[in-house]
Amino acid sequence: MLHLIWKRFKKNSLAVAGLVIILVLASIALLAPIIAPYTPTAINVYNVLSPPSASHLFGTDELGRDVLSRMIWGSRASLKVGFIAVGIAISIGTMLGALAGYYGGKIDALLMRFVDIMLAFPTFFLILAVIAVVEPSISTIMIVIGLTGWMDVSRLVRAEFLTLKERDFVLAARAIGAGDFRIMVRHIIPNALSPVFVAATFGIAGAILTESGLSFLGLGVQPPEPSWGNILTAGKDNITVAWWLSLFPGLAILVTVLSYNLVGEGLRDALDPRLWQSER
Amino acid sequence: MIAYIIKRLLLMVPLIFGITLITFTVIHLAPGGPVEVETEMSLKASAQARENLKKLYGLDKPLHVQYFDWLKRFVKLDFGTSFVDGKKVVDKIKERIPITLTINVLSLLLIMSIAIPIGVLSATRQYSLFDKLTTIFVFLGFSTPTFWLALIMMIIFGVTLGVLPISGIQSIDVSGMSFFERVLDWAKHLVLPVGLSAFGGIAGFSRYSRSSMLEVIRQDYIRTARAKGLKESDVIIHHAVRNALLPIVTILGLAVPGLIGGAVIFETIFAIPGMGQLFYASTMSRDYPTIMGILVIGAILTLIGNLIADVSYALVDPRIRVRK
Repeated sequence: MLHLIWKRFKKNSLAVAGLVIILVLASIALLAPIIAPYTPTAINVYNVLSPPSASHLFGTDELGRDVLSRMIWGSRASLKVGFIAVGIAISIGTMLGALAGYYGGKIDALLMRFVDIMLAFPTFFLILAVIAVVEPSISTIMIVIGLTGWMDVSRLVRAEFLTLKERDFVLAARAIGAGDFRIMVRHIIPNALSPVFVAATFGIAGAILTESGLSFLGLGVQPPEPSWGNILTAGKDNITVAWWLSLFPGLAILVTVLSYNLVGEGLRDALDPRLWQSER
Repeated sequence: MIAYIIKRLLLMVPLIFGITLITFTVIHLAPGGPVEVETEMSLKASAQARENLKKLYGLDKPLHVQYFDWLKRFVKLDFGTSFVDGKKVVDKIKERIPITLTINVLSLLLIMSIAIPIGVLSATRQYSLFDKLTTIFVFLGFSTPTFWLALIMMIIFGVTLGVLPISGIQSIDVSGMSFFERVLDWAKHLVLPVGLSAFGGIAGFSRYSRSSMLEVIRQDYIRTARAKGLKESDVIIHHAVRNALLPIVTILGLAVPGLIGGAVIFETIFAIPGMGQLFYASTMSRDYPTIMGILVIGAILTLIGNLIADVSYALVDPRIRVRK
């Protein structure tokens, strides 16, 4: 099964390129202490806002810190937020979607109205409101992005459950005496995972975008800890003199998010059984 | 039709109730509540002063009583007064809403007038060079942080070329201008904010209209139209596009929360005095009454957006009206 999916995924060269970029970025994040040329928080007042040069490939910021090193360390923030926020969203979405789809009736109606209500809020407003109440920090935004991003997943999982719960293998499991919990977790969820994986990949892309936006507004990762978004804040403050502060971190976000989107698209095609048949 | 609209309106009531409940819960997650925020800055605030403040906001009552008190005032559109300047929250929001709505409506129009032709063209020429280019554009559009694009556009058009203003909605010397100059000045200020807030939507909607169009041109009635000898342009415009547009109308309603939410970033970057900027400022100063007010209004605007989409869908597609 897995190698079939890989075989299909491989054919999409853009998706493979995306995967390679993601792996490279992940290694950069992991190896940040080794590969960053400077300490990301080292201030140098004699070298403020200097343009890209051989010693500072991406220039320096308003405190003379090396932008490349800050970006390398900043990739950790994006990666962390992306994965943890989506992890939270997927867990909540799968749980509520499973309950709604499996039990149906009143539970389903209640949970789906809850989804409708959550979807009515402009997500960015809801996130900001929570941040106004608790101190902004990287862990706050991971949790908040997760708590406000589970609705689509729950709808997907619910739809999968509605069709899967009628299938014979579920009936068979019930016939040998499996309880509701066991049927849901061991039998239905494993079969409902493919759309969740696809949604998770797109979700990581979205979470990274949201994190950078929040950090840009000063409501996410707090300086001096670097993130791509808060380097861009310095870019805006020095917009007339230092284009490099705006250009490079933005490109990094663009390339990263694009890679996750390409992989998501590739996964969707690779996991879609309707497209498998045309191959034979 | 009227019955349909009434039914849809009634369905909104429990949703609005839920919206207020979530809004109230979020704000009351605050450790210590709003009073701590108002007094934490001044060490002089005595225990007695805190108690008085709590009484003033009714914070000494049990939570459910507080909620119903707030809800009662909310029904009368009374969101209380701002912590920052003591103005009524309703008035603050009222003076900000028009500019945000104007930008959103202009963006929506821009999205439709660009995305639908792109989608239709790339569907009728599937796998052509144009189709491939738009696919690349769509992926870039989905992946670009729009606030960053805004910065780059400000550098190019505002700083390097100096052809567009990069902040506010009107020039300082606007009072000395003729009506025509004023409109031009206003348009110049809105080009970047409107264009950029439409950017992500254009990518998404050209994708939706492409797939909707692909679905439609495979239908039998399209083959019939071709078979009876209609010109290809007639087939596409009168038979295919009209049907392909139907689902897009509904999805357009779903774009509303994104646009309103995006207003926070654009209005902050371009210093536009709209609802998004007010919300950002309120977040920074923890102005809870204003935050609650905007949160509820933002969600209700979304519901209204969905309602308009559904009703217009029903207007153009009789099948929706007849069903139930």
